[in-house]
Amino acid sequence: MTEDERKADDRDKRLQDVRRAYERGVGKPSKAAGSGAKGGSGGEMGVGLRIAIELVAGVVAGTFLGLMADRWLGTKPWLLIVGFILGCAAAFLNVYRVAQAEEKREKAERDAGSKK
Amino acid sequence: MEGPLEQFAIHNVTGPLFTVAGRSIALTNSAMFMIASVVISSALLLAGSGRAALVPGRIQAMGELFYEFISNMIRDNVGSAGRKYFPFIFSLFVFTLFGNVMGLLPYGFAFTSHIAVTFFMAAVVFLAVTLIGLFKHGFKFFSLFFPHGAPLFTAPILIPIELVSYLSRPISLSVRLFANMTVGHVLLKVLAGFVVALGIFGLVPLVVLVAITALELLVALLQAYIFTILCCIYLNDSLHLH
Repeated sequence: MTEDERKADDRDKRLQDVRRAYERGVGKPSKAAGSGAKGGSGGEMGVGLRIAIELVAGVVAGTFLGLMADRWLGTKPWLLIVGFILGCAAAFLNVYRVAQAEEKREKAERDAGSKK
Repeated sequence: MEGPLEQFAIHNVTGPLFTVAGRSIALTNSAMFMIASVVISSALLLAGSGRAALVPGRIQAMGELFYEFISNMIRDNVGSAGRKYFPFIFSLFVFTLFGNVMGLLPYGFAFTSHIAVTFFMAAVVFLAVTLIGLFKHGFKFFSLFFPHGAPLFTAPILIPIELVSYLSRPISLSVRLFANMTVGHVLLKVLAGFVVALGIFGLVPLVVLVAITALELLVALLQAYIFTILCCIYLNDSLHLH
């Protein structure tokens, strides 16, 4: 076997090992994920800002949809009002989800900390 | 002295290049920095992957760091089904990252501090994620709007709320990036104004300014990361539906 062939074989084997380790680690996303978990943070200020933006975004989305639907259907103030209320509800739902994810993350961190 | 918002002004750097629908299009400073972001990041990554040494040099180590970072992010948040979307998410991250960081350089311009740019990126991600979900799950995709386990008679209230919540995603995604970048740059500008205005006592805000610049660098990195990881999470939602 020449030097090059041996190198290529070696590389193939390493690649397979890596791929196997990867597949073992994956399958499904880990539990911490799927919730904005560890990404959404960046300190307490980050969480606060995230919640503030979530609050505004929900209301804006709902109100905008209501306004557009009104313009389209010609039902002036009614869909705007409905959209605004739905937007508020959606905003609170989003905030609740952020808080839930944040709590989960903190708990996971605490558990990891106590094990050490 | 310039006001703190004038740094965000968009102006043409070239004459009109061509016309689209009666409007002449010229290269603006924003577009110039976007092009610079693409060119510089591509050049760095190509230089890093050109000579795949076993012991990486500086540039190659940087490229590998980026690669592993995004690869792990997708693995943790989307799973193996997300491998296909690696190139898109990687480009998104690198583009945003370079845009954020280049805005902090002297004479730099942060194109991510414009809602038009961030909202366009968020809208593309939102549309892509929705279409991926629709193609993968067909009609079942709409079960995303009804939390399973809820009693059926709550559907008329829950579905519109979930729908609005889903539609507010691109708004919160884009506003987060835009607000963070804009606030940082305004803060730097205002503090820099104090340095000049206070004369010898300007040393105090100058010290603060140095610290804030470091903080802004952190924010620039962090916001690129958050933007990307939220895209991963949305992708996961539409691939796995709860």
